[in-house]
Amino acid sequence: MDRSLALSQEGQGSRWIRGLKELCSNPLTLSGLIVVGLLVFTAIFAPALAPYDPQKIDTFHILEPPSAAHWLGTDGLGRDCLSRLLFGARISLLVGFVAVGIATGVGTVLGAIAGYYGRWVDGLIMRFVDIMLCFPTIFLIMAVIAFLEPSIWNIMIVIGLTGWMGVARLVRAEFLSLKKRDFVLAARISGASDMEIVFKEILPNAIAPILVSATLGVGGAILTESALSFLGIGVQPPTPSWGNMLTEGKDNLEIAWWLSVFPGLAILITVLGYNLLGEGLRDFFDPRKKR
Amino acid sequence: MGFLTFLLKRLLGLVPTFFGITLISFFVMHLAPGEPMSLQADFNPKMTPEMRQRLRAQYGLDKPLYVQYAKWVKGLLHLDLGRSFSPDRRKVWDKIKERLPVTILINVLSMVLILVVAIPLGVRAAVKQNSLFDQVTTVLVFLAYAAPAFWVALLLMLFFGIELNILPVSGLHSLMGYEQMSFWQKVLDWARHLVLPVFVSAIGGLAGFSRYTRSSMLEVLRQDYVTTARAKGLPERVVIYRHALRNALLPLITILGLSIPGLIGGSVIFESIFAIPGVGQLMWSAVMARDYPVLMGNLVIVAVLTLLGNLLADIGYAAVDPRIRTGLQTEE
Amino acid sequence: MSERVFRSGRRFLQLFILLSGLVVWSLCQCPNGWAAGQEKPAYGDAIVVGSIGDASNLIPMLATDATSHEIAGLIYNGLVKYDKDLNLVGDLAESWEIKQGGKEIIFHLKRGVKWQDGVPFTSKDVLFGFKTIIDPKTPTAYAGDFLEVERADAPDPYTFRVVYKEPFAPALSSWGDIVVLPEHLLKGKDITKSPLARHPVGLGPYKFRLWKTQERIELDANPDYFDGRPYLDRYIMRIIPDPATMFMELKAGGLDWMGLSPIQYKRQTDTPFFKKNFKKYKYLSFSYTYLGYNLRHPFFKDKRVRQAISYAIDKKEIIRGVLLGLGVVATGPYKPDAWFYNPNVKRYPYDPEKAKSLLASCGWKDTDGDGILDKDGRRFSFTVLTNQGNSLRDKTAQIIQYRLKQIGIEMKIRQLEWTAFINDFIDKRRFEAVILGWTLGQDPDIYDIWHSSKTGPKQLNFIGYKNKEVDRLLVLGRRTFDKEKRKEIYFKIQEILAEDQPYTFLYVPMALPIIHARFHGIHPAPAGISYNFIRWWVPKNEQKYILP
Repeated sequence: MDRSLALSQEGQGSRWIRGLKELCSNPLTLSGLIVVGLLVFTAIFAPALAPYDPQKIDTFHILEPPSAAHWLGTDGLGRDCLSRLLFGARISLLVGFVAVGIATGVGTVLGAIAGYYGRWVDGLIMRFVDIMLCFPTIFLIMAVIAFLEPSIWNIMIVIGLTGWMGVARLVRAEFLSLKKRDFVLAARISGASDMEIVFKEILPNAIAPILVSATLGVGGAILTESALSFLGIGVQPPTPSWGNMLTEGKDNLEIAWWLSVFPGLAILITVLGYNLLGEGLRDFFDPRKKR
Repeated sequence: MGFLTFLLKRLLGLVPTFFGITLISFFVMHLAPGEPMSLQADFNPKMTPEMRQRLRAQYGLDKPLYVQYAKWVKGLLHLDLGRSFSPDRRKVWDKIKERLPVTILINVLSMVLILVVAIPLGVRAAVKQNSLFDQVTTVLVFLAYAAPAFWVALLLMLFFGIELNILPVSGLHSLMGYEQMSFWQKVLDWARHLVLPVFVSAIGGLAGFSRYTRSSMLEVLRQDYVTTARAKGLPERVVIYRHALRNALLPLITILGLSIPGLIGGSVIFESIFAIPGVGQLMWSAVMARDYPVLMGNLVIVAVLTLLGNLLADIGYAAVDPRIRTGLQTEE
Repeated sequence: MSERVFRSGRRFLQLFILLSGLVVWSLCQCPNGWAAGQEKPAYGDAIVVGSIGDASNLIPMLATDATSHEIAGLIYNGLVKYDKDLNLVGDLAESWEIKQGGKEIIFHLKRGVKWQDGVPFTSKDVLFGFKTIIDPKTPTAYAGDFLEVERADAPDPYTFRVVYKEPFAPALSSWGDIVVLPEHLLKGKDITKSPLARHPVGLGPYKFRLWKTQERIELDANPDYFDGRPYLDRYIMRIIPDPATMFMELKAGGLDWMGLSPIQYKRQTDTPFFKKNFKKYKYLSFSYTYLGYNLRHPFFKDKRVRQAISYAIDKKEIIRGVLLGLGVVATGPYKPDAWFYNPNVKRYPYDPEKAKSLLASCGWKDTDGDGILDKDGRRFSFTVLTNQGNSLRDKTAQIIQYRLKQIGIEMKIRQLEWTAFINDFIDKRRFEAVILGWTLGQDPDIYDIWHSSKTGPKQLNFIGYKNKEVDRLLVLGRRTFDKEKRKEIYFKIQEILAEDQPYTFLYVPMALPIIHARFHGIHPAPAGISYNFIRWWVPKNEQKYILP
């Protein structure tokens, strides 16, 4: 039986607590959850946590190693690296969430339409998915960003619009199997419209795999932003993103290790955190899991 | 339905996909602002508007978009990808041809490395689900995935190339004395140069494949025939490696086909870092210079490779599992 | 390579143009390029040079990128060239006569010069090159100067004569290495499809050996070079797109010569290892960087506003923070060591109070207390455009942004990819301000950038600068041959530009080449270091690469 259905018979509150407890019983998932939690906390409270204005330039103190005044040193324009790292968390979080939100939204809608209506609609959409899957995504992103303005919004939108194919396939598969189930048939007999069936009956039951793929996708989006920064078309200065900080740091790797090591670690830990959490969710939602 | 009919049907099915790809790439590119002009010429005081107009006409950019596309498709049907817009005006195919082998070599090597490492890891992790081994490898492969490739590349270069000074920093082979080397010396020389690029392009893929193997293996291990094999008293090794693994690896074929574009896309990063003259760099510079013919040519080549990969995966699948041929396949 | 301005960015070409048709690569005329009394130079060894971008086309008139011109400069020669002190001297021309008040030039060519395939070089090759460059079918960016020519002919194999429509002061210098082509290999053929683009045949000190796209280009010494065989047997240019990789390759011994970034020069190359193995050089590059205003924009019409911004920008801070002191303040469109540079123009030292009061006198005040000045309900907020991939310009923009904010001006930065930048913003005048640079020629003529007739679409006076007096002087400067008179004319132009501040001139950066210590014979001069490249040599016992 479907897991979420089984759970829905319990009270809302206790269901959440029990689920959370079970999720946290895996140390890897727990650490993923902690990392993501810390990131959200940092992003929200960055202005309060940062010791300096992240944009404050001081050309008399450029490339200074970590010290009591600047815990993580200063960058090529004398700005405080810690403050920039904290504010960078906002950008990373934003890029991850918005890009994945777009990908998930587009993928879910197209996947649901394809799966629900089947036949030529399905054929058309899946052909489009096949086409999109044949593009090296990074080149599509590069092309569009290089042609448009590499503003943070464009970057998020393009990453999102090139990353929805997996979600679409996933949702379609779920819909194909769910639409033949008894509760859908029951709803149909009782006169529910297509929209009601899709959104009220099927989608809630397909939410688990979507959530898992979205969680895993956030890490990917953060990495894509850093790759774009390396190519010079990522989030543009003076807005600090971990990707552009890392890129600035790479040219000074030998004399200013702090410039690339800290943003590098920040990306590493965050992406790792999202993946561990995603894997944990996958196991958690796996209906065939051993009890 | 015979196998041949199946194959034919599949092949025909690729045609609209293929033209869909060219259509989308063509219009995405041309809708973007900016025009292909040899970079500095644009801003050159000696460049009169008439000369510019002449260049546009030479490139065929003065015609409507659909005419340009029709012309391009016509060329393609004659296997002609056109000429580059860059000042050298070389044939696009010549430009791609000299770069493709290196990119394919590195990607194949890194693919082999991924499979050789990821499959055993995934199998063991599945067999010993939730063990310490499972958890440690999970963290390790995700760490490898989570590290930005260019950063890892530079750290490795710094360590092996400068600190230890045992591997070359960049390039494909030694500069001097290479021509005098014997065949095996050349192979060794290439190998030394390729260790880091192959490693860097592989580590990102480890996570995906090992996790995929793991979950696919878990799935198979739950199947009846595995239980049966176990019940028959076959040794665990035989059960896992002979019965389970073979079936668990089948879905991996599909993933392999689909990972081609991603791998070639990733090439732009490590090719640029390691100064390797491959397709990734060609594509990147074509994007920057608005070299439409080269860009289109590259996308076509990647699409063809991917479609071929998918087709091979399909054929492999069909050969193993006859149900697919008869069109029973409903999911993915 | 004297033009090897450091490019800390990606594989973008430098945002500069070549103002003069003559590429700055110039080779020493005298075979005694090394100081007297030193040991005798030896032949042999090779030099490995690092470049961020690959060459595009080795026929000089078809290429516009710096790398192509660097390589082509070693393979081709012009009729004239600049010597180490930037004087125009003969190269393939033995001598020349200027007649009809500057309208006619007669070149007398050197005899016995041969193309690298053994065919003798004659005036027909020059005439052929000239006809090719003005041929509308040739996609060249350098035809402009040659369109001033009324007629040209080759009365005998060693005489080339050219007559201009009007006296044209930059005429002589335009006969550099982009215009001489081997007629016997190109006649009657489509130059855009010529194999010479990838396998050039020239008559210069080096012969083409091989070109592996995006990997390396190799040249061999030309034993029959008319000015004496170069000492170094081979020249190898390696293409390494990433600046961090390039520096590591230098350290690992894979490169002999590259351009350093200011940080690499100041902070990364003072170790014992570098002191033992390398020599660093620094000299002012032939370029300047500026903040240019769109003078059609209501904010920037008033020169007091432009002056105020110039006062609000601390140029010394930019030089300290971005160039690490390796550059000088620019005061006008020329570099300070040029003979036509006027050191006494109006300067704009950092003075935010003066900037504020100037702005206030134009009506810019912060009436709503949001920290940004406003006037008639409009906030003083504008966007500056610059090109992607140039980290020096990027940092410069960030410093300016920070300083302007302190006097109540909001400046947004937008980085654009080069072709989109030019086509959609500069050419269509859709910009408020830009940070860009110009490469400087050896001739003071800057007609194309500042004359009011050049403000049309796609022309170079894209900021829309119009000044009748400057117009008059620019024309006069082109028609005047007397050096002292020209100097006076261009001094006056610099004074007007300094007062008008159509640009805020920012800095002239330094070129910072580093070269392996085994190379001898390098003598920095006003022209840079590469003018005598063919006289560089390595003592026998220090030679690293033994060629078969």
